[in-house]
Amino acid sequence: MAEAKSIPRIPPEKQTLMAVNGDEAVAYAVKQSLVDVVAAYPITPQTIIVEKFSEFVANGEVHTEFVPVESEHSAMSACVGAAAAGARAFTASAANGLALMWEILYIAASLRLPIVFAVVNRALSAPINIHCDHSDAYGMRDSGWIQLFVENSQEAYDTTIQAFKIGEDPKVQLPVAVNLDGFFLSHTLENIRMLPDEVVHEFLGGYRKPVKTFVDYLGKEVDVALDPANPLSFGPLDLYDYYFEHKMHQIEAMKNVPEVVRRVNEEWYELTGRKYGDGILDTYAVEDADVVITVIGSTAGTVRHVAKKLRNKGYKVGMIRIRMFRPFPFNEIKELLKDVKVVGVMDRGISFGSYGPSFLEINTALYDLSEKPLLVNYVYGLGGRDAPPKDIEKAYMELLEIAKTGVVKERLKFLGVRE
Amino acid sequence: MASEPRGWKDLPLAALPYKLSLEYKTGDWRALRPVIDYNKCTKCMLCWLYCPDMAVLWDGEKIYINLDYCKGCGICAHECPVKAIKMVPETEAEG
Repeated sequence: MAEAKSIPRIPPEKQTLMAVNGDEAVAYAVKQSLVDVVAAYPITPQTIIVEKFSEFVANGEVHTEFVPVESEHSAMSACVGAAAAGARAFTASAANGLALMWEILYIAASLRLPIVFAVVNRALSAPINIHCDHSDAYGMRDSGWIQLFVENSQEAYDTTIQAFKIGEDPKVQLPVAVNLDGFFLSHTLENIRMLPDEVVHEFLGGYRKPVKTFVDYLGKEVDVALDPANPLSFGPLDLYDYYFEHKMHQIEAMKNVPEVVRRVNEEWYELTGRKYGDGILDTYAVEDADVVITVIGSTAGTVRHVAKKLRNKGYKVGMIRIRMFRPFPFNEIKELLKDVKVVGVMDRGISFGSYGPSFLEINTALYDLSEKPLLVNYVYGLGGRDAPPKDIEKAYMELLEIAKTGVVKERLKFLGVRE
Repeated sequence: MASEPRGWKDLPLAALPYKLSLEYKTGDWRALRPVIDYNKCTKCMLCWLYCPDMAVLWDGEKIYINLDYCKGCGICAHECPVKAIKMVPETEAEG
């Protein structure tokens, strides 16, 4: 699946080493991605992205149209308009700001607009809280967006650039949310390597090029973009006669995503020497493991650290970091976990009255197995509560005990909460 | 509109309509039909001005209603200064 023309690898020493926080890493990635329009409204912990980017605009370092809108609802609406006109559009938000975008998220996805959206994960109010959990991302789960989660700031930079390529792939044409943990990544300084501008331009194939589609009343194939020469209407009335058919388009487009995410991950590896598992799942020591923990986001670093420590002590434990949450990799999860005895599913969010959202997905993924692993859901880290190694180790030890006894006493557990 | 409705595989990308909105005959929705009494009509054109669907037309001699797109909202009848337009139930309207 290689590109017709592959770009020569840029060795690490030819990449610029910079100390930036996660938000700045995203801002630099956007700066290099030939983005036509950025429309955003400030909200902690995302603010630095747009603040930094507005500096680039003010300094004339980019020629992006920067729209300082009056709300997040308007930010996403402006991105929808820009993308419908054929532009490459970007925005960033978090928590309550993301919640205010909610109706427009669905519109961006159903109009097949490959907007890239940095979500700097933060807990939803109330009580008001500015720190990290994934309740904002889980809230947009069903909106039709591709959802990628990163573990560190280097990956935030890499994934932001990749997101444009993934979303704009002719077989995908969907918006992409790049999730990075608020404060843990957004406000934490880290050395990251960046590509030269022109290499990023080449990787993305230059400016966004809209795909083509055949429109009967025009009698020809036209760009899916607003153009007075070929008038199109985006999203007009669609009742019980055609709405269902148009939802099928989104369902089908999602099916094409895993292959593209994998391919872009490989292309990125060829170019930079960096890759994140297969692009979808990033695993550690799963092959012969009795116990596996699945986790999303920056906590994966802690889980991997603890798993390595326990491996050195002889415990057969492993971990899976879920990098792509939508579309959810059901088959891949099933294959990896089919011989595992016990799986601990960590969720930095909960569906009240149910379980953590990734627990539900993993349950579904394993349903077809004749011999299923036992499952425990660990809800942790709400509102930015730390998830230190000792808590993760406690979870692993509980899961190892379950592997021995075969008995799950509590399916839903809360890690790091005071009673 | 005579052809079979299309399956999703034959529709343009991005939920773009494949036909013009003119082919969507929204007059189907109408329950009340505006009927003009030409003896009263003064050709002031207020109905033409107020119609939200551009369904009041002028043929150079008189106004008339384009029933393909008139949804029967009754704004024309409400605005008519000489009460020349009456809203008649579709079940009782002629033709």
